[in-house]
Amino acid sequence: MEKILFIDPEKCSGCRICESVCSLYHEKVCNPTRGRIHVVKWETSGIYIPMVCQQCETPLCEVVCPMHAMKRDEKTGAILIDYDLCVGCKLCVMFCPFGGVNLDAKTRKIVKCDLCGGDPLCVKFCEPQALQYLNATAINLRKRRVAAEKLSDLMKKMLAIV
Amino acid sequence: MVWNRRIAYINLTTGKIIAKPIPKEVRRLYLGGRGINMYLLYNHVNPKVDPLSPENVLFVGTGLLCGVPALGSGRCDIAAKSPITGGVGDSNIGGFFAPELRLAGFDHLVISGKAEKPVYLWINDGNIEIRDASHLWGKDAFEAQDVIRDDNEDEEVRSLVIGVAGENLVRFANVRTGMKNSAGRTGMGCVMGSKNLKAIAAHGTMDIEFSYPDELLDYCREMNKMIMETRWAKAQSKWGTLIIYSNTNTTGLIRTRNFQLNRLDEGEDLEPENMDRYTIGMSGCYGCAVHCRHRYVLREGPYAPIFAEGPEYTSLGAFGTMVDCKKMETVLVANHLVNKYGLDTLETGGLIAWAMELYEKGIIDEKYTDGLKLEWGNEEVLYELIKQIAHRKGFGNLLADGFKTAIAKIGKGSEYYAIQIKGMSNLHSDERPTPSLALGIATSTRGADHLRSRPAIDLYGLPEELLQEIYGAPVSSDYTSYKGKSWMVVWQERLYSVTDSIGTCKFQTVFCAVHAPKWQEFAKLIQLTTGMEFTKAQLMEVGERIYTIERMFNLREGFSRKDDALPERYFKEPTPIGLPIAKGKKIDKDKFEKMLDEYYVLHGWDENGYPKKETLEKLGLAKEPSHRV
Repeated sequence: MEKILFIDPEKCSGCRICESVCSLYHEKVCNPTRGRIHVVKWETSGIYIPMVCQQCETPLCEVVCPMHAMKRDEKTGAILIDYDLCVGCKLCVMFCPFGGVNLDAKTRKIVKCDLCGGDPLCVKFCEPQALQYLNATAINLRKRRVAAEKLSDLMKKMLAIV
Repeated sequence: MVWNRRIAYINLTTGKIIAKPIPKEVRRLYLGGRGINMYLLYNHVNPKVDPLSPENVLFVGTGLLCGVPALGSGRCDIAAKSPITGGVGDSNIGGFFAPELRLAGFDHLVISGKAEKPVYLWINDGNIEIRDASHLWGKDAFEAQDVIRDDNEDEEVRSLVIGVAGENLVRFANVRTGMKNSAGRTGMGCVMGSKNLKAIAAHGTMDIEFSYPDELLDYCREMNKMIMETRWAKAQSKWGTLIIYSNTNTTGLIRTRNFQLNRLDEGEDLEPENMDRYTIGMSGCYGCAVHCRHRYVLREGPYAPIFAEGPEYTSLGAFGTMVDCKKMETVLVANHLVNKYGLDTLETGGLIAWAMELYEKGIIDEKYTDGLKLEWGNEEVLYELIKQIAHRKGFGNLLADGFKTAIAKIGKGSEYYAIQIKGMSNLHSDERPTPSLALGIATSTRGADHLRSRPAIDLYGLPEELLQEIYGAPVSSDYTSYKGKSWMVVWQERLYSVTDSIGTCKFQTVFCAVHAPKWQEFAKLIQLTTGMEFTKAQLMEVGERIYTIERMFNLREGFSRKDDALPERYFKEPTPIGLPIAKGKKIDKDKFEKMLDEYYVLHGWDENGYPKKETLEKLGLAKEPSHRV
């Protein structure tokens, strides 16, 4: 079953390990600006949100690409770039609503999350589990349970069980 | 690659900036961070200069492993001659500044002279500029960082800043970054203020290369796993350092009412679980899997709304037990105030607690304090004094000069009540039952301090076979014993010197966690990162070299054996309460002196604490200052 890179910003501690391991794995250097994932932070309000390609069901990067260089990997579901076709026009960078596609300033290549071929390293390193790699159905059930937990607290209070 | 990161010499008087490579031999001898800073301190600060004069030099350095995604590798070391002790000034700060500095092309900054008007340093991809900071002067430590980001239209900038306390030359002003990270101790913010330097801002996009990137990635994962498997790290990720309180307050190892009691009665509200009322989640430094600090919100009360980070165990003591305030909320408000003003939480709390005891004893009165009633547990007085210290107003102005000056001005036997060593306040820990911890604070090169050598695992009562395995020599498992404890302290000094030089977090080595990464793991990380090979013995020697050059700096400034002392009360007043193991304890003067003798012998120093000639030769220190860099 296809898995999804699931982000839970509430759990993110802002350590930016994901950025470093991403650039270390893909570019063999540590350079957060060259990673495919980035933790957007508002330090003085304590808000941290990891931003990465969402591997959209209708990927705008694929739609706008004049060279048809964006293709979905059947095994992992990741949208991959065919560098034989890509001309670096940056339309994908322009249209992606999440900043999920980037231009690597050093290599001048378009880069994006490839889910590390189906075993994303950022997930392995994310100790607070703000990043998880889960089955699509599991995510739905999990989200409902988390939401229901809040309701159940409320119900317990109403019924004066607690 | 670490080898292409440079050292920049910045003269604020002339505006001249020179950048040079860092020679390999210096890396081999001192690694980076604190190690190289201590070498620079000995080499670049002339003897007997006034710490607040332009002749003092401020050093900023990233750790050798900076950028590696493991063990909280983003730590930065800041050094200068200390305005508090007059000896080694050195403080370590987490957060995200050091990686930005290295990404911007620099590992070390040597900042001398004094700017004519307020300035800040702007560091970006190989360039350094001295910029006007008139509009930043007077801004608090949070606002100043935001204004720098806004000015440069760059959200990714990370800055080291001082608050108003640093501007006002409060001797124990700190250097800050982010919401909570502080280079708290030894008054480095005061040195920045004396140079009219409000901030150092960096953003870089230059690759950090490693010798073996693939193997390094695998090994980093192993390291993070290793630390996360310890119970200490698990507890920390949930409660932060506040977890220590549960243990120390039950046992009776915590200074209360300055030094009158060793346990806070009715202190339940300060238990770490109560942070649940305020926390919205945890926060981590760069490259850290543990993430030990709370992000908290105060929604009610006269100081609300507050969003802040922390508090550490240190603030819990400084604004809780030591001043007899029993509410978590008081700690949270005071923690936020000192962070905003840029004051060292520990020194501030230590001085206020001391003043409260003097007030109780009648040594100072309301006339002396300009009408402030320094009563135990009075939170309003606590907040007021913090403000007065930061702004150098009223009675706070006296405390703002630190213990040495305040003792001289107040006189009347006030020195006896001051829990300070070399002029610097001790943590709120009570070391009377624990000789190893007591020796550590007495000998620390930067004044009373728990982060130079504290063998916190001594408190666990570990089996002696395990202690033998860790320390490689017999150490008593009884923490009230003196046996083997001098070696324990020396071993930890070496470990922490190396930890601060590779720039990883002390909480992720043998501090409170027994099975945490240490020598072998550090050596492997260094090898994968830089290609430099070290054996365990060689790394221990580096640690010894760093500690010895710190000692040499202090000796040159006139320190000697008499300064490796404990406050008199440690010998005279037994602990009044606590569990049987902690109650009725004091340090035995003769045994302490014997332990100190042993400690000097282990270091290869003479009976007065001076390194012997052969020791200096063995460590390659015989020709210092050698001006290699």
